[in-house]
Amino acid sequence: MSDTSRGLPPRPLSPHLSVWRWHITMACSILHRGCLMALYVGALVLVGWTLALASGPDAYATYAGLLTSPLGRLVLFGLTFALFFNLAYSVRQAFWDAGHGFMPKTADMTGAAAIAFAAVATVVVWVIAAFTGAL
Amino acid sequence: MVELVLPKNSRVQDGRHWPAPAGAGKVRAFKVYRYDPETGLNPRWDTYDVDVDACGPMVLDALLHIKNTMDPTLAFRRSCREGVCGSCAMNIGGRNTLACTHGHADTPGKAVQISPLPHLPVVKDLIPDLTLFYAQYASIEPWLHTETPEPQSEWLQSPEDREKLDGLYECILCACCSTSCPSYWWNGEKYLGPAVLLHAYRWLIDSRDEATGDRLDALEDPFKLYRCHTIMNCAQVCPKGLNPAKAIAEIKKLMVERVV
Repeated sequence: MSDTSRGLPPRPLSPHLSVWRWHITMACSILHRGCLMALYVGALVLVGWTLALASGPDAYATYAGLLTSPLGRLVLFGLTFALFFNLAYSVRQAFWDAGHGFMPKTADMTGAAAIAFAAVATVVVWVIAAFTGAL
Repeated sequence: MVELVLPKNSRVQDGRHWPAPAGAGKVRAFKVYRYDPETGLNPRWDTYDVDVDACGPMVLDALLHIKNTMDPTLAFRRSCREGVCGSCAMNIGGRNTLACTHGHADTPGKAVQISPLPHLPVVKDLIPDLTLFYAQYASIEPWLHTETPEPQSEWLQSPEDREKLDGLYECILCACCSTSCPSYWWNGEKYLGPAVLLHAYRWLIDSRDEATGDRLDALEDPFKLYRCHTIMNCAQVCPKGLNPAKAIAEIKKLMVERVV
């Protein structure tokens, strides 16, 4: 699309992300993308866990040790959030597919609700895990 | 393709500062994107200290004030100054809107930051190249398609069917929505974008149009329609309060309905 017929330099691209003032709906969409990618990693973590389980007590102990290390717990905590956010977001998408929830105010609200649900559900699961001695 | 940073020739550099004239009243800074194709230099941010007591309330008033009293080289499009023509669409304070209907006092931030509509080739200053946008609009054939013989008078439509066009026909093709959409930023060559899809829906549901099937066939493509991920920037910024995201969802529904 650059007019170089008069020997002019190629046209610059106007700024986009660097100038944009974000809406919560945009943040939710990108967070959803991020969570989906995280869940791919999560699936690999789960496969690793079953492999370790099948390989015998020593391999399992090593793997469990990795998962319960501070970094392992941080990853698992993040994956819990990703799972719950994905769940809430999918419900929101189901309403969209039926043609509902498109008013900007409604979409802002459901986006905030999806984040709030994921945060609360994640904390609840981890509190339950802590109390039942699963940590 | 997702590209988070601008290409080298597009990075915006610090520009000139234009002080307010002596004896100015209330002053507010306007940070304006400048690009001069004749110099071969990168774009820059110029800052104009505008005497807002001396100009009207809208961003367009301030831009005209700058052009008339401070810097006649500033280039931008404008025509109707009442939100009907869509010429003065630009990014103001981080959101796309019409300069003529957006008050500078309503713009957050210390300075009022103004740049061209996002992710488009810049012709000069605030003037982007909308060639692709118009070509995409033409591609959906935005006129009535009929097969039945033309009636003696005009094509009739019931008031109920006419009502279905409300919220669609008001679109002025300013491109605020399309250029607000990250999906359109990254896939603009293949994804039609919110404005064009809103128009596509306007013809799909027109009771007088007889090419609904052909129109849906033309949109049945992984990119043209389905790159909409309901990010909702389009509905958030539309200066006419329309909802392209909803129109796109309705097209997706029509796609499903015709196969089930």
